[in-house]
Amino acid sequence: MSATAAEKKTVAETPDAARRGKDDKPLVRSWSTPILQTVFALLSLGLFAIGAPAHDAEFRIATPGDLIELAAVTVPAAPTLWVLTLAMIAITVLAWVRAAAGRKNPVWLNGLYVFAFVAAFLIWVVGSATNNSVYLTGLIAGSFALAVPLIFGSMAGILSERSGVVNIAIEGQLLAGAFTAAMVGSATGSAWIGLAAAIVAGVAVSSLLAVFSIKYLVNQVIVGVVLNVLVIGLTSFLFSTVLAPNSSELNSPPHFPNIRIPFLAEIPIIGRILFDQSILGYGMYLIVGLLWFGLFRTRWGLRVRAVGEHPKAADTVGIDVLRTRYVNVLLGGAVAGMGGAFFTLVSASSFSKEMTAGQGFIALAAVIFGRWNPIGAFFAALLFGFATNMQYVFAILGTPVPSQFMAMLPYVVTVFAVAGLVGRSRGPAAAGTPYVKE
Amino acid sequence: MKLELRGITKRFGTFAANEDVDLVVESGQVHTLLGENGAGKSTLMNVLFGLYDPTEGEILLDDEPVAFAGPGEAMRAGIGMVHQHFMLVPVFTVAENVALGDEYTKAAGVLDLEATRSRIREISDQYGFHVDPDAIVEDLPVGVQQRVEIIKALVRDARILILDEPTAVLTPQETDELLNIIRQLRADGTAIVFISHKLREVKAISDTITVLRRGRVVGTADPSAEASELAALMVGRDVVLNRQKTEPNLGDQSFCVEDLTVVSPTGQVLVDGVSFGIRQGEVLAIAGVQGNGQTELTEAIMGLQKASGSIRLDGRELLGRSTRQIIRAGVGFVPEDRSTDGLVGTFTVAENMVLNRYDTAPAGTSLQLNPKAIRRLATEKVEEFDVRTQGVDIPVGTLSGGNQQKVVMARELVDDLSLFIASQPTRGVDVGSIEFLHSRIIAERDSGTPVMIVSTELDEVLELADRIAVMYHGRIVGIVPGDTSRDHLGLMMAGQLPDDVVLADGSTPTQEGARA
Repeated sequence: MSATAAEKKTVAETPDAARRGKDDKPLVRSWSTPILQTVFALLSLGLFAIGAPAHDAEFRIATPGDLIELAAVTVPAAPTLWVLTLAMIAITVLAWVRAAAGRKNPVWLNGLYVFAFVAAFLIWVVGSATNNSVYLTGLIAGSFALAVPLIFGSMAGILSERSGVVNIAIEGQLLAGAFTAAMVGSATGSAWIGLAAAIVAGVAVSSLLAVFSIKYLVNQVIVGVVLNVLVIGLTSFLFSTVLAPNSSELNSPPHFPNIRIPFLAEIPIIGRILFDQSILGYGMYLIVGLLWFGLFRTRWGLRVRAVGEHPKAADTVGIDVLRTRYVNVLLGGAVAGMGGAFFTLVSASSFSKEMTAGQGFIALAAVIFGRWNPIGAFFAALLFGFATNMQYVFAILGTPVPSQFMAMLPYVVTVFAVAGLVGRSRGPAAAGTPYVKE
Repeated sequence: MKLELRGITKRFGTFAANEDVDLVVESGQVHTLLGENGAGKSTLMNVLFGLYDPTEGEILLDDEPVAFAGPGEAMRAGIGMVHQHFMLVPVFTVAENVALGDEYTKAAGVLDLEATRSRIREISDQYGFHVDPDAIVEDLPVGVQQRVEIIKALVRDARILILDEPTAVLTPQETDELLNIIRQLRADGTAIVFISHKLREVKAISDTITVLRRGRVVGTADPSAEASELAALMVGRDVVLNRQKTEPNLGDQSFCVEDLTVVSPTGQVLVDGVSFGIRQGEVLAIAGVQGNGQTELTEAIMGLQKASGSIRLDGRELLGRSTRQIIRAGVGFVPEDRSTDGLVGTFTVAENMVLNRYDTAPAGTSLQLNPKAIRRLATEKVEEFDVRTQGVDIPVGTLSGGNQQKVVMARELVDDLSLFIASQPTRGVDVGSIEFLHSRIIAERDSGTPVMIVSTELDEVLELADRIAVMYHGRIVGIVPGDTSRDHLGLMMAGQLPDDVVLADGSTPTQEGARA
């Protein structure tokens, strides 16, 4: 024992002091963020700044005829890229210094870093492309359109996982919704009936998930994966045997028109994504808001979160754990069904095989990236939608980057976002564990 | 309010956890249910609380028969329960936990946590709880978490409060505080069911004592009864309490830990610069409330946790070696949770007996097992340790807790050990087996092995230890002789080192420099 008498009396220390060892050295340092930032700063330096294109990049904000006609912004490529890269380097250096002291950069600085990289990337791509002018408002609106099903999917994931059931089957629910909406919508000629059918389809898929994982205690991940495969197989089979031969009767669904709110829709850049949407787009905003409020401000949400964190504690205060889980998983299916309907009733003209193309899994990543919070998942989904949209935009612009590489972009962004930026994300403690009453 | 249980029987399959139990609890009384682990106390209370349906019998409240379909109904009827393992959501605030299930709401189900907060403050002031409604539960010490559980019951106007082994996780001082709270509640007319197997507390707080053994009421006793009398009722035969152990025959200090530090991946210091040595033929007990770094300390010694510092056994450094190498160096280790870390429940008794040396003769070679030799070895051990089993070929998971613990102990207490570590050696073990296991530990000590015991039970520590090291928040508060008083140990378990305590090296804390 080498402790002195004075030290012994104060064995109880503050948590902050406990993180430091002798000589005031921090005992745990996290290097992952500075390393990641260094990699991207070097990438930016070598590729964007030193290899800056000769052309300037032009960002158009309005099209002729818009109510508010803002002039296009022309960005001188080389100087801007240098400024952005230097900013990234500065933030990286700060991150190293802070990490050495056992601390972290504040979140807004990391946000600034991401923004700088994305901006530099955009300017570099647009400057190097054959066509040096891009329509910024269209870029954002396009990203948004791609993000809508992701947002629906991630809300489905949050509903289910907050109550303690892991929902890998979002993909299947989206696909079932898209297929049913297309078929029923075409057959009845009503988009509304199509939407209702999509919701029923989503609920049907999630009811299988619910019964197998809640009642029969099957591993939730396995049930989810199996359901995805089932829905892909079923819709593909029905598509080739039923929809494709009768595509005019069964696969040409009516569409929800965009409802344009006068004046507000004319606001530059964000007007279109907020005030020129289909009923499903507006519904999406409503669901995100309602879900956030419901989860964190109401009795329902408190109970759902308790069931997802510590079902036994919920049970001992008289909350029906299994019922709560059933309801939430089915609600999630309904929401995912709506997201599926968005594919065939809003964004695409008809159903095609496996048209959800893994979006359900990206929605799952958005749930984690958004830390099981509806607002967080909303923004995460927007980021993923933006990454997806880039590949289309670049193909049109004619960038030097091969299109195959660009097709990889959304998934690369997903991996880095979930693994690199989030780190250890803490979800509902009981997610994945069936509840069995003794 | 009067609660009566009449002829309650609860069977799980063919096993009767409770058989024909009668019990009457009246307001303003503390009624203690005394019994060993597995005597059926918790099952009985879960029946009462609506978590289990009774197979037979009825529950009467104020002479009216009632049937609770679930805990919700039991609570509405005025029954509150503080579970042995707290039923609190760790990431919620105190107010959210208290509100859960019985929320104050505004229109459309919108939570009104302010109403809950003011109720908590009211109760907190009335009983002197000092609980902040906005604290996150997982940041609170267990003693405070327990008060949150009590508040949960009081907010729901519980007139009958069941406390299931409430002192298992508390320091002696926290226990005293709890007993005071119970006295206050009793004075306010609450009926209290106090479940425990700790005789001292039971004698201190009870008005009536009902003793359960193997699911049956075996008698009632007066709190003034002798402890040995209560123990005999509880166990069903005479037991020796406070056996005097023989003086140790000390040898060299062959095991030595210096400046050992374990840091969790999230940066919490779990073991903080711990140093101690154990001599051959000596038992060092690590005392302390659960969760103060004892688990991590033993795991670091066994190579199961990354650590810094130094661990030397017989002059060789153990730190940085694999667990297998450490076992081969002659370390026997009884982990604190036998069902998850000590045994493979679905393996047979024989297989479990050789888990630590399946690849050495005679159990087998690195290529194959020798089942015949394993069975022979296991049969010998079963006999030697008096393991009550139908054979060595049945799954170890079917044995009782005490017999499972004997299997672990038999496996780890091999010949020529150079260090023996036992964590919670008698947790959840019946009194009869405790006596046996303790005598085996002392026998190992007397054969000249350094022995390290980790226990949260002060009785066990005092029974076995030659010296006691008390841990608090990852540090050793002090190392004291084995006959140190409970009061002093209690203070040390709360992180204080009283000025008048005598340390194991003969000095006192005020003699500065003497310990450097």
